[in-house]
Amino acid sequence: MTEHEFTMPVSEDDVRKLRIGDHVVLQDTLFGIRDATLIHMFDKGRKTRLDLNGHAVIHTAPNVKKVPVSNSCPAGYQSICIGTTTSARMERFTRPLMERDGVRMIIGKGGLGEESAKAFQDLGGVYLAIIGGTAALETTWIEKILDVDMDDLNPESLWQFKIKDFGPLLVGMDAHGGSLFEEVRANAQDKRAAALARMGIDS
Amino acid sequence: MRSGVKSMKIDLDAVEETAKLLYIRALKVLPDDIKDGFQRLDAAETDATGKSILATMIRNIDVAEDTDNLLCQDTGIPIYNITIGRGVEVDGIDLKTAIRKGCARATKEYPLRSSVVHPVTRKNEHTSCGRRVPVINVDFSGAEQELVIEMIPKGSGSENGSFLKMCIPADGVAGIKTFVIDKVLEAGGKVCPPTIVGVGIGGTADLCMKMAKIAATRRLGSVCDDREGAKLEAELSDAVNTLGIGPQGLGGDSTSFAVHVETAATHITMNPVAVNIQCHSARRAKATFTPTGVEIGV
Repeated sequence: MTEHEFTMPVSEDDVRKLRIGDHVVLQDTLFGIRDATLIHMFDKGRKTRLDLNGHAVIHTAPNVKKVPVSNSCPAGYQSICIGTTTSARMERFTRPLMERDGVRMIIGKGGLGEESAKAFQDLGGVYLAIIGGTAALETTWIEKILDVDMDDLNPESLWQFKIKDFGPLLVGMDAHGGSLFEEVRANAQDKRAAALARMGIDS
Repeated sequence: MRSGVKSMKIDLDAVEETAKLLYIRALKVLPDDIKDGFQRLDAAETDATGKSILATMIRNIDVAEDTDNLLCQDTGIPIYNITIGRGVEVDGIDLKTAIRKGCARATKEYPLRSSVVHPVTRKNEHTSCGRRVPVINVDFSGAEQELVIEMIPKGSGSENGSFLKMCIPADGVAGIKTFVIDKVLEAGGKVCPPTIVGVGIGGTADLCMKMAKIAATRRLGSVCDDREGAKLEAELSDAVNTLGIGPQGLGGDSTSFAVHVETAATHITMNPVAVNIQCHSARRAKATFTPTGVEIGV
């Protein structure tokens, strides 16, 4: 296990160095996306004015408060609670996000599937696991909301966060076909027969 | 009114205010039984990754309380369970309206993220309310001069881990147990383990799923009051934690705090089983109205 720190954005070489089990801390910039954001970007053809090239996106929809624009709240939003959501629903958007918008890192919980693993390998990307349900803690890693686009989808807007010491995050899927989630899933499937046998069931 | 029972009038303004406070409190403070559950899992966890994830979850509980913040960003689908005791005088429609208003006020005034949209248009009213939401369940108890409102913000990651199978009698109890294990495997890390796995057995299709929700949101340490259900709880609780899914599906012993079971009689031709999962942010808050006032707890 190696520890890495990146000031965003990153290069393809940077992400290809990462291996499952490594720990990563991010600095400076992070984007927030979710189901509706991605549906609008890729199924409804909407483009964003924000540059995601080389960046990390987190599967999120934050709790925010609308406030007057100021230095600490340049987008007119104050963050209240920012966490993550289950990534699996967004599986089919991994490749287009990387191909069209140049995203290099996806942060979420629960992992992504085979299509994403292939996209990470082909295009140079990683999935970073954050601990779901620990939003109070994650909120302390976010300094402010810098910008927001597609805000008619609020709270599922495209958010740009200013971050400081965001992590540690665990490399759950790497650019070499590795997936901690797949390892755990296969291991759990192997234990199915024994679990049923404990309850008197032959499978 | 039953003879000998004193009546108690319910102040609807207090209900509205309480519905608001309960939603916010539930999102911030985890019940003691869940905190104890974390300590129990942490003490027994043998996997290094699992142990480190549990430690972060426990730290998050403290950070939420220290910073007066929400435990999780998901404000969930709001559920209010109302239990009306004997002697309680209240207009049912007014009671539901007051709860709905309190739920909307919590969302607007705090403000909370409204996670509730129309199922077809996906339009968000930004009130955490919509058609038939908040879910308001009404039941009755024998307690005199007492009205209880329990609030549960049900997170979507775990709610998406909901499954129903109309097993047939020939599938037997083995079919029920196998279904539960297979659905815990399928849900993996998506439902934010460690979880409470709620299992409904019997009834009609809708009652079966309703029981699974009751089971998933029951206090840790509580036991099914049907002896057969209690036996299954013990067996399934042991079995799911041998699968190695672990916290967040990243490996370990702590897949679930417990499996809870609720049962109901069913038809001679039926053997239904439902699974509804609660995530580790197993949030609830409760208010009890009595003639002396309103007490808020969990």
